[in-house]
Amino acid sequence: MPSALIDLSNLGFSWPGQPELLDIPHFRLQPGESLFLKGPSGSGKTTLLGLLGGVQQPDRGTVRLLGTDLSTLTPGGRDHFRVDHTGYIFQQFNLLPFLPVLENVLLPCRFSATRAQRATRRHGGIEQAATQLLGHLGIGSQLLARRADALSIGQQQRVAAARALIGQPELVIADEPTSALDSDTRETFIQLLFAECRAAGSSLLFVSHDQSLAPLFDRCISLDELNRASSAAEL
Amino acid sequence: MYLLRLALASLNNRRFTALLTVLAIALSVCLLLAVERVRTEARSSFASTISGTDLIVGARSGSVNLLLYSVFRIGNATNNIRWSSYEWLLDNPKVKWAIPISLGDSHRGYRVMGTDAGYFQHYRYGRGQTLQLAQGKPFEDMFDVVLGAEVASALNYKPGQELVLAHGVSEVSLTKHDDKPFRVSGILQRTGTPVDRTLHIPLSGMEAMHADWQNGVPAQGAGRISAEQARELELQPKAITAVLLGLSSKIATFAVQRQINEYAGEPLQAILPGVALQELWSLMGTAEKALFVVSLFVVLTGLIGMLTAILTSLNERRREMAILRSVGARPWHIASLLILEAFSLALAGVLLGLLLLYLGIAVSQGYVQANYGLYLPLNLPGSYEWSLLGAILAAALLMGSVPAWRAYRQSLSDGLSIRL
Repeated sequence: MPSALIDLSNLGFSWPGQPELLDIPHFRLQPGESLFLKGPSGSGKTTLLGLLGGVQQPDRGTVRLLGTDLSTLTPGGRDHFRVDHTGYIFQQFNLLPFLPVLENVLLPCRFSATRAQRATRRHGGIEQAATQLLGHLGIGSQLLARRADALSIGQQQRVAAARALIGQPELVIADEPTSALDSDTRETFIQLLFAECRAAGSSLLFVSHDQSLAPLFDRCISLDELNRASSAAEL
Repeated sequence: MYLLRLALASLNNRRFTALLTVLAIALSVCLLLAVERVRTEARSSFASTISGTDLIVGARSGSVNLLLYSVFRIGNATNNIRWSSYEWLLDNPKVKWAIPISLGDSHRGYRVMGTDAGYFQHYRYGRGQTLQLAQGKPFEDMFDVVLGAEVASALNYKPGQELVLAHGVSEVSLTKHDDKPFRVSGILQRTGTPVDRTLHIPLSGMEAMHADWQNGVPAQGAGRISAEQARELELQPKAITAVLLGLSSKIATFAVQRQINEYAGEPLQAILPGVALQELWSLMGTAEKALFVVSLFVVLTGLIGMLTAILTSLNERRREMAILRSVGARPWHIASLLILEAFSLALAGVLLGLLLLYLGIAVSQGYVQANYGLYLPLNLPGSYEWSLLGAILAAALLMGSVPAWRAYRQSLSDGLSIRL
């Protein structure tokens, strides 16, 4: 069996002075898989993403990304590892408003040599990679030099997707990326995201409370099922 | 380098605040450098109020007092010196020239100084400049007067005009020498020294005015001597106020000074103008230092303004930091961004401040020189000024480390979560 992309085992985490928030005995995400992770707000989603990004450290258990135990890395090493292998899309306001669209997409390549290399290998250059990705996502070349905040919310989210995908990270984490979109653009956005993740060979971890999107994914899982801590609290 | 571009782009996004911050720093830098330049220049110009004169001789009092009344026309002599003492000085083989000075009268608040033609020939100020006439010629007749530039321009006198001198030195004088009016024969060019505020008359004119005076009051009735009668008199002054000496050799200065101080005829005092000027400057140095300290504080205020602007922006920029963290920026990247921001603001402020300074000097140079006798040089910053500017930039870096540290802590705790 090939090593899983994400492998959580016996994970426990609590914020200082608070009861245990996360207690996940076991969780795996396979390469190329798209997973819908359902969770209402306050269920520890953001904390889980922080753990996966190596920004927070678990109290017990291990977080393995691509077979690497994040706790064996230095804080700087974790930052490095994160940008090399993970792309992020947030709820909204994903972009630096003062940078042009193209520069926003290129940001991961500025901080990660790995991402820049992969983008160059696949597209012949980081700017070509960005332009091509944006084109696929429906952002025409006439918008590239615009300031990011001159775009509509829907366009901004597609730019954010291009930024998460540039340099083919193994994992794309999307944290409620569609909550600011209306239902028409929402589905288009997800289809585009799927297509690009497939093209880049990236796994997609999609976190949302919007159950209606779940059928589009390979697998759907609820954080409550996963997390013994919060179910215990609810009982 | 990429971080610098990011910092500049972020600053550009807040360009209004950034511009104000830069402007505040620029103005404070400009003020500091201007104060520094004026200070340096004032000191050197003060030191060259009188030059080329080796010794000033007067009645024995304090050296600063003698300097004040003989050069700056401030205060009064404690005593006069006898004409015979002046002749004794002239007899000294080491004395090249001696200019007698007689003070005590005034004209509408400006001091009148009796002297001889040697004054226009030997008196030097600044870097050895001689007195030049802007209009007319030096006095020839005993009732001729040569005006300093400020006297002429303030009272609007032209050559050929007649004026009446007043007895004593107070602004409003009750006793006027109105029986012996003087005629303006020439007006001196502006020097930026007390010469500008002086009316120069020949010693004989000074004597003639007081020829019929007895015990400090003018004679009455038949005792009066008219201007025409005065011309016939033998007007050898009996006493003068001070003497400016030029020696044939600088090396002799101390020997001559000692000779004068030990003169048995009457208690005399000889001072070296340079030394006395320094003594006087040290009295005023406190004000000059205070000015410098004040402008340092203005710079500090400018920098604190910058610190405030950056710190206030930090909260709104938490999202910016989280986005940067999500694309791989490490906490030290975030901290460097803020330090770069502070440094860029300060650097822009310093450069703009220099520009303002040079613009200001270029515009006001002529005016300041003409009215205050200060020559403000348009040259590159000296090593002292460079070190001041360097210190400002270093202070900005130090201050930038405060928001940098806060952002560092903030980005560690916020991580990737976007807080609005």
